[in-house]
Amino acid sequence: MRSLVPVLVVVLGLLALWYAAVPVMNAAETLTRAERAGAVIDPPTAVERRDLSGLTLALRNPGLLGESWSLERPRLPAPHQVAAEIWATTWDEEVNGRRGIVQSGSFSNRSLIYHGGITLAATLSGFLIGSILGILLAVGIVHSRTMDLSVMPWAIVSQTVPIVALAPMIIVVLYSVGVQGLLPKAVISAYLSFFPVVVGMVKGLRAPERMDLDLMRTYSASRGQVFWKLRLPASVPYLFASLKIAIAASLVGAIVGELPVQKGGLGARMLAGSYYGQTVQIWSALFAAAVLAALLVWVIGWAERRTLRAMGVAG
Amino acid sequence: MAEARAATAPGPADAVISARGLDLTFQTADGPVHALKGVDLDIRRGEFVSFIGPSGCGKTTFLRCIAGLETPTGGTLSVNGMTADEARRSRAYGYVFQAAGLYPWRTIGGNVRLPLEIMGFPRAERDERVARVLELVDLAGFEKKFPWQLSGGMQQRASIARALAFDADLLLMDEPFGALDEIVRDRLNEELLRLWDRTGKTIGFVTHSIPEAVYLSTRIVVMSPRPGRITDVIDSPLPRERPLDIRDSREFIEIAHRVREGLRAGHVDE
Repeated sequence: MRSLVPVLVVVLGLLALWYAAVPVMNAAETLTRAERAGAVIDPPTAVERRDLSGLTLALRNPGLLGESWSLERPRLPAPHQVAAEIWATTWDEEVNGRRGIVQSGSFSNRSLIYHGGITLAATLSGFLIGSILGILLAVGIVHSRTMDLSVMPWAIVSQTVPIVALAPMIIVVLYSVGVQGLLPKAVISAYLSFFPVVVGMVKGLRAPERMDLDLMRTYSASRGQVFWKLRLPASVPYLFASLKIAIAASLVGAIVGELPVQKGGLGARMLAGSYYGQTVQIWSALFAAAVLAALLVWVIGWAERRTLRAMGVAG
Repeated sequence: MAEARAATAPGPADAVISARGLDLTFQTADGPVHALKGVDLDIRRGEFVSFIGPSGCGKTTFLRCIAGLETPTGGTLSVNGMTADEARRSRAYGYVFQAAGLYPWRTIGGNVRLPLEIMGFPRAERDERVARVLELVDLAGFEKKFPWQLSGGMQQRASIARALAFDADLLLMDEPFGALDEIVRDRLNEELLRLWDRTGKTIGFVTHSIPEAVYLSTRIVVMSPRPGRITDVIDSPLPRERPLDIRDSREFIEIAHRVREGLRAGHVDE
């Protein structure tokens, strides 16, 4: 309960900042509309106003900004507009809409739930591929000097290439060999998510101290036994830390992968919103993605707590 | 001194451990370090031998050589009639480290069971052995606890149980009680003696405490650094049965005095 107060203070502060920014960002559009309705603006002509900043305009016409928070196509929508859009494209659309799940039996392709689901599927498959790949690479790196020297530099280089530049190429290449749909997006997700897992797992598998390893030598344990009974359990806390980063990266990868494909998903929703100047739609898709990310990270954190408790490590 | 020892030393025939002219040189960035030089020693079955000396004298290194964890660069070393590495692979010894080194994700029982799993003991036998050695170190009833739930002394007892679980005849202990306070240490020393008496194991014990070495050992090996070598080997005249207050007896004080002289002589040599 005590931790709720600072969180609420921060949220309220951000909301206040947001509301304050809305009239400044939307000043030009708001004042034009007011002018059409017959109001006198300072300065009076559009040519004079053209080079003035939003802040100047807003400060010189404080009485005419009422519409800023309710424009149909604002540059920056107000929080309540975004909230209303999210409500309309989730609960309202699914429960009351003609294409919603209640009336049609399947999720509406206008709803964020439908698009979130598409993104979630790509995120989870990419996360699964990326994590498994990351773990396997880490196991190889820890056990083979050749892999240690050869794989790690490439893994690092791979992350320096901007994913937005790479994503369309991955999709085109995979499309040309007949792979489309979920998999190309999952591949982009995996591309982003394997890296933190490799780094975390290499550190985790190397976490056992010399004494722990010596103990295994005194038992004349095989490499496999050292792995299963020492290295792997010792790496679990590291694994979960990197899985949290990996799942967030997976989500980013899935969204980026949806941009060039335009067949649904939160990324497609954002891009469509930007094509048609629907900032409210962009912002609501953005929030949907943020909520999804928070949820996914929370699920990993929950699994982490359960696992560590079962291992007796977390006390 | 060396001649005198050779005359009284037993032949390798009844020796569990036999070292002859053992050398170990580490190559470091600052040049070679002579961790061990010309070490001759025989340890007979059922002996309790302590290695004492200042840090850098090679006492731990020698123990690690016996365990096959370090490879000597010269001389010969046999353990149970094999090379140290063969002995390690035939699981000839239990090793107790300075820290308990229990795996935190395993319960106390799970930690003791670890060597049994690795060595492929049948499941039913594992449980029976775990129960037996935990009883032996007075930890019956703690099988399901995790290491962090136990005190440092109890953890170290658990690590001794782990070393005893697979019934190796040889127990190698590297300053096992060094991190514990004096009172706990005294009690564990007493328990260790009882354990040694009951199991008849051969024990090699590294320590830097003179009273601990004198109280526990049938033989005390005094070592000195740069290069690491043996400067004195003292046979203890103390009886097998040793109450704690034996440490006030004249013999005890005499041996302790001789160990101290040996340590001091090693230092003057430099």
